[in-house]
Amino acid sequence: MKRLIPLCVLAVFVTAVQVAVTAAGQSFYLTQLTMAAYYTIVVIGLCMLMGYAGQISLGHAGFFAIGGYVSAALVTADFSAFARSGIGHAFVKAGFLALGKDAYGSAVALLNPCLACAAAILAAVAVAFLIGVPVLRLHGHYLAMATLGFGSIIYKIVLGTKVFGGADGLTGVPPFVLVPGLSVSGAMAERVPNYYVAWFLVCAAALFMHNLVDSRAGRALRAIHGNEEAASAMGVDTARYKLGLFVLSAVFAAVAGVFLTHYNGGIGPSEASIMKSIRYVAIVAVGGMANLWGAVAASVVLNFLSLRGYFGSYDEAVFGAILVLVMLFAPNGILIKADVWAKLGKRIHH
Amino acid sequence: MLSSASREYRMSFELLLQYLFSGITSGSIYAIVAIGFNIIYNTTGIINFAQGEFVMLGGMTAVSLSAVMPLPAAIACAVVITSLVGALVEIACIRWLRQPSVLRMIMITIGVSILLREAALHIWDEKVRALPYFTGNECSSISILGAHMSPQVLWVLGVCGAMVIFLSIFFRHTLTGRSMRACSSNRMAAVLCGINAKNMVTISFMLSAAIGALAGCVISPLTQTQYEIGTPLAIKGFTVAILGGLGNTTAAVAAGLLLGIIEALSISVVPVAYKDVIAIGILLVILFFKPAGLFGNKETGRLSEF
Amino acid sequence: MTRRMWALCCAAMILSTWTLSSASEAKDAKTAPAPAPAAAPAKPADPIKIGALFAVTGPAANLGSPEAKTAQMLVDEINAKGGVKGHKLVLVIKDTQSKPENAVSFAKQLIEEEKVFAIIGPSTTGETMQIKALCEENKTLLISCAAAEAIVNPLAKYVFKTPQKDSDAARKIFMVLNKLKIDKIAVTSSNTGFGKAGKEQLEKIAPDYKITIVANEVYEKDATDLTGVLTKIKAANPGAVVNWSIEPAQAILAKNMKQLGLKIPLFQSHGFGNIKYVQAAGEAAEGIIFPAGRLLVVDVLAKDNPQKALLEKYKTDYESKYKEDVSTFGGHAYDAISILAKAIETAGADKEKVREAIEGLKGFVGTAGIFNFSPTDHNGLDINAFEMLTVKGGKFAVYGN
Repeated sequence: MKRLIPLCVLAVFVTAVQVAVTAAGQSFYLTQLTMAAYYTIVVIGLCMLMGYAGQISLGHAGFFAIGGYVSAALVTADFSAFARSGIGHAFVKAGFLALGKDAYGSAVALLNPCLACAAAILAAVAVAFLIGVPVLRLHGHYLAMATLGFGSIIYKIVLGTKVFGGADGLTGVPPFVLVPGLSVSGAMAERVPNYYVAWFLVCAAALFMHNLVDSRAGRALRAIHGNEEAASAMGVDTARYKLGLFVLSAVFAAVAGVFLTHYNGGIGPSEASIMKSIRYVAIVAVGGMANLWGAVAASVVLNFLSLRGYFGSYDEAVFGAILVLVMLFAPNGILIKADVWAKLGKRIHH
Repeated sequence: MLSSASREYRMSFELLLQYLFSGITSGSIYAIVAIGFNIIYNTTGIINFAQGEFVMLGGMTAVSLSAVMPLPAAIACAVVITSLVGALVEIACIRWLRQPSVLRMIMITIGVSILLREAALHIWDEKVRALPYFTGNECSSISILGAHMSPQVLWVLGVCGAMVIFLSIFFRHTLTGRSMRACSSNRMAAVLCGINAKNMVTISFMLSAAIGALAGCVISPLTQTQYEIGTPLAIKGFTVAILGGLGNTTAAVAAGLLLGIIEALSISVVPVAYKDVIAIGILLVILFFKPAGLFGNKETGRLSEF
Repeated sequence: MTRRMWALCCAAMILSTWTLSSASEAKDAKTAPAPAPAAAPAKPADPIKIGALFAVTGPAANLGSPEAKTAQMLVDEINAKGGVKGHKLVLVIKDTQSKPENAVSFAKQLIEEEKVFAIIGPSTTGETMQIKALCEENKTLLISCAAAEAIVNPLAKYVFKTPQKDSDAARKIFMVLNKLKIDKIAVTSSNTGFGKAGKEQLEKIAPDYKITIVANEVYEKDATDLTGVLTKIKAANPGAVVNWSIEPAQAILAKNMKQLGLKIPLFQSHGFGNIKYVQAAGEAAEGIIFPAGRLLVVDVLAKDNPQKALLEKYKTDYESKYKEDVSTFGGHAYDAISILAKAIETAGADKEKVREAIEGLKGFVGTAGIFNFSPTDHNGLDINAFEMLTVKGGKFAVYGN
């Protein structure tokens, strides 16, 4: 049970913040805290990949974009031609397609956001799997270059494809009704429920990862980070574990993409850019490579400040400076100065 | 009938040649940027993600200086200033680290590249600048068999060639160059022989910054210079450096031209918007199947073949 | 292990509480004296807060930077003269870096926290479209400085825009093409919102003028060499090239055309309206034909042109203050602020009345043209806002003169 204490603290803290800002009449802070929460989910996945499996990814914004764009493209597309067909009719009956009218008054058939979300996650899994198999065989600079390459391919595809809205991105994404009465949307009236939805997802992601760390798979992953060859010699199927974690972190990013896109009502190509990927890496670095809670804290603080525009025109420069300073003076993250690996190593032997 | 067929043939030959020329034009730009990566890689095993920013800084400084001095002097000063920036980066961020991991080096150089870019934005501004053409002007073109290209492309290729020759002489026949190679093949042994390995790393940063700056000046009339230009150039530069085989300068030039030509030919069949997707796709395929590069085998992949 | 985690969580808690509290203190200090203008008509002395979202840095900085400078300059000038009907204007500029997610976050901040009277900007179409619905729902005036027609069509009650219509620019170009008897063109555009919007209008309107598009290529906004694209175009053998972008690449395109010996006319969009691009293209810019507002040719405008006095004033003010050449983009912000100021002057500090006042503005002289708004036209400009210009001796000149 001791392991769950940080999670409980997080949950209490999240609730406390909401109560405090609402009581103070400043609940507008929840908007940026909700957005920051979704970015935190990406960071949790990346933190595990970098910290526990020791694999850098300079293309994680690509997975976020796959999630956001696939779901946005599907929920804004008009399926009315399909709805008239036989299977389409069955879809409408099953509630997968909703018939309605658009802003101009013409009839449209819109896909259920749940299906779109599932499709987006499946797409992310498929891409992560296809890319992961060859990419994770690489090391060092080659791995960095390959993931960077993957990220920029996604960026260029998003920019160059009409379905994804090109440079304008996609807008007019409807709310995502989770259960009747609770939907993911940016409407001011639904700000508090949305805040809790986002933070519930963060807690769930953190809990999942936290349990993973202490499982057999977690021990294997730490062994890979310590010395991949030794781990392999000990009979750990390194490739399988690395791939598993890569796909999992891609799913986290895609889920975050789906939800944030519904929350913002749209998505633009900047979400797929290289700078965005580097930003996630920088946040993980600040929090500490294998420090889940540190990464969560760093992500909330930095994303919140950035989304509120505190850094102004120096936004990118701030992230660049943080990355350099942290990597120079505290490569294990600013939130833990001690040698984490020594302690973790001890735990493995227990 | 026959004459029209032959005219058609000539037309398509002319087009093919034109695609080839345009491939060489962009390829020469990639090649000259790629050369800089290899110098640091060879001495330290680091890929310097800030190399593109050296190219940008060189161009920006030269444009600013050319307002007060003649062009050759401006370029020379820009090269010197940028190499000092390179030395500064190395001394501040690399020199005092004890056996940094590859992951750490990647992140530090990425951070430095962001800082240099943002500094350029705030020192200069967001506007585009360019050096004048070295010979002729914007409209001059050389025509060979009906296909055309700018004379500046010859300058770029010429400087590329000069760099390759200079580097090969430098690394083979000067003491400093040989010491740098020694550090790259076995750092410990080099230190035991009395080589100051740390200074060699500083020199390699200065050298690659200088080469980047010179590249930035030579390509500036073609590409124009802006604070943001570093990253896209660097991504193409890495692609080419890895395509040729990391550490191999001659191969990098060949790979640059090859990639340029492949891109140009790809334009003839797919929309231009996907040009980079093809280029990076090729890179991924090479990484997956032949990580030592097109022109390297496993052994020489890491050895310093200049 | 547990202790460390405790320490960590506490640290996180302290950090975020500190940030929140310090932020809210700053907030209190700022907003406390100003009641929401929407709730009650402000007293004569109350300042009016205007939010501005501009891409001051990032990929669209060439738009956002002059816009932010212009907006600040004009607001300072209005305040120096005593404000609008005694109300001082307070401008809150936020740098979106042309990221839609920032635009959404900042727009919500401006609306909910700053309780701004109106929002000027954003600079790009993508960002504007992301916050169009948001402003409509919250009944906040949005005067966009982005070009695409999708911003005002379909019409949103609270959303206006000041740049000229892309379709009018396309029509102007096609008219010249008809006059030159060119019926086959190649279209090139950059992969930005500006390029995309223009490309769509060109494709849509070309048949009206019996013009066929024989090649249609989209290039990277940071392209360094376009000879490959032009080779493809050469193969299609068009009578002219129409290029639509706002990036430096349009100067590269002009140079590459000359270098490839492609001796057909080059038409650019109003995105070429920046003398920097003429300088960058040098001799290759000679003879480029493009539609643009009259700001660029203010020196040669006839004395009786209704825009002349305003344009001269803006140009002198901007150039003497910022020591850089004026561009048409800054003009869009100039128009947005002056339209808003004019409407406040007529209707007072009431959002709903100001909205109606803007819809009732007729014959308003702006930098982009003469605005005639109506409840169904939230742009207010027609094809006469454009003048066909060309480049002669390294300077802009009126085409056909």
